[in-house]
Amino acid sequence: MADQTQKKKQGGGDEGASAKGDDAGQKKIAKKGEELKEEMDSLIDEIDEVLEENAEEFVKNYVQRGGE
Amino acid sequence: MPLPSVIGSEIEYGITVQNDRDFDPISGCVLLVNAYQDDGAADILWDYDQENPLADARGFNVEGEKYTPNQQENIARNKTLRNGARFYVDHAHPEYSTPEVTNVRDLIAYERAGEWTMETARRAADALLPDGQTILIHKNNSDRKGNSYGCHENFLIARRTPFKDIVEYLTPFLITRQVYCGSGKVGSENRQMPCDYQISQRADFFETEVALDTMVKRPIVNTRDEPHADRDKYRRLHVIIGDSNMSEVSSYLKTGVANIILAMIEDGVLTSNYSVVDPVRVVKEVSHDTTCKADFAMERGGRLTAVELQQEYLEAALTYFSSRELDPIHKDVLVRWERVLGQLKEDPLQLDREVDWVIKHKIISGFMERKKVSWDHPQVAMLDLQYHDSRPDKGLYHLLERRGEVDRIIEDEDIQRALQQPPPDTRAYFRGECIRRYGSAVFGVNWDSISFNLGEDPIKRILMNEPLKGTKRHVKELFDASDTVAELVSKLTG
Repeated sequence: MADQTQKKKQGGGDEGASAKGDDAGQKKIAKKGEELKEEMDSLIDEIDEVLEENAEEFVKNYVQRGGE
Repeated sequence: MPLPSVIGSEIEYGITVQNDRDFDPISGCVLLVNAYQDDGAADILWDYDQENPLADARGFNVEGEKYTPNQQENIARNKTLRNGARFYVDHAHPEYSTPEVTNVRDLIAYERAGEWTMETARRAADALLPDGQTILIHKNNSDRKGNSYGCHENFLIARRTPFKDIVEYLTPFLITRQVYCGSGKVGSENRQMPCDYQISQRADFFETEVALDTMVKRPIVNTRDEPHADRDKYRRLHVIIGDSNMSEVSSYLKTGVANIILAMIEDGVLTSNYSVVDPVRVVKEVSHDTTCKADFAMERGGRLTAVELQQEYLEAALTYFSSRELDPIHKDVLVRWERVLGQLKEDPLQLDREVDWVIKHKIISGFMERKKVSWDHPQVAMLDLQYHDSRPDKGLYHLLERRGEVDRIIEDEDIQRALQQPPPDTRAYFRGECIRRYGSAVFGVNWDSISFNLGEDPIKRILMNEPLKGTKRHVKELFDASDTVAELVSKLTG
């Protein structure tokens, strides 16, 4: 399934890693943490670019009538 | 065995025009609906004669005025599309009702076709507005100022199913399923306890357990008894408590699991006491607890969390289906439901590719950390709103989807097909094909009827009170053998 393969790609985990010693395992975790942080940074950058500029005004003026 | 079933949804969208001081939502909706071009579906009436929203499933009729617009107003507010869907103005919101489908995968395709329709109409309407004004559409359920609009799911079930069983077994399920299908909301409203962030857009608005109303004093179980089908055989259960979802996974589980629960209720296999003490309070408590750890009192004694109660329903479903054939879609729904419940129990925040409220929580948390702002910052409220924006370049869910950061159920091609074609396996096929082939002769439509204007003759109305007839298998030959609409009608009525 698409979601699982993407998860695996993202995680990049290698179960043999810890067996090679704590040091390598730690590095791997740190690397994974960095990757996640980079991903989040790039996501927030992109969100920041498209986020409506006049947030306060925009949200204040957003009024709907009750529906259904 | 009650599966396969007939299901559909009706989703109301938020509408606003920027930089228009005199913005009137009804005019905005009429502009939007009429800006949409769908070959063949131009001037068809919605046939209100067939409707009775004031009939109550508990067996009485409520007094009130039925809405029947004049012909011109009717055509301006209603578009029946060649995929069998209805795109229309409902009070002060644009609404998209999917055609009747037989499975939840198709439902997702038509719901997303609805999003596409809204956005296409929005762009066309936008071009008609004065410079500087922009029309915006949001697939959400609240303006965070106490006004809510709905996402309604419809399930065709056997009339013989006792309504009291539906109320008893569905209520605990409906108030707890939000843990995997809530769309997330910053803050609370409608005089509820303050909170930073909650799971559901809608929970704050539910004020009673069972009732006919949908606009005031909203009930957990709605009793509208308007089957749009043979009423001796069928009931259309109108579930009004769901959130509109952006995530396909949340949407798929929301309606897919409900369908499984209803199958078990119809078959009378649910016998445990699942009832919760004070469900109207609990639906809000569950929504306000993003750890999914809060527990509540059960009528039978003891306390459960929302996830634990869902797991009890899951156990019943696994037992029920262990001795029955299960179609691949419902099998997939069961597998995903089980997996998601396990993950919710472990740590809900790991579902940041699947579940709407968690996806939204992830981007807001990331933003707050970067900008060093808190939950009450206007930009946080903006993120909440913009998550639901229909524009591909501005909508934050669409941005995540483009980046491959959310899981999908269907492919883009499924959405395109759903825009062009009616589902082949319900009466929506007959409706959609009539519009595609003979659009100008179609006079009026409702879910269970279609009428034709054949010139000199009186209007001919064809009733379709069996939702699983009028399918491609039933009527394709008839269409192929009828060169004109007159021939078709004469074959059907002859």
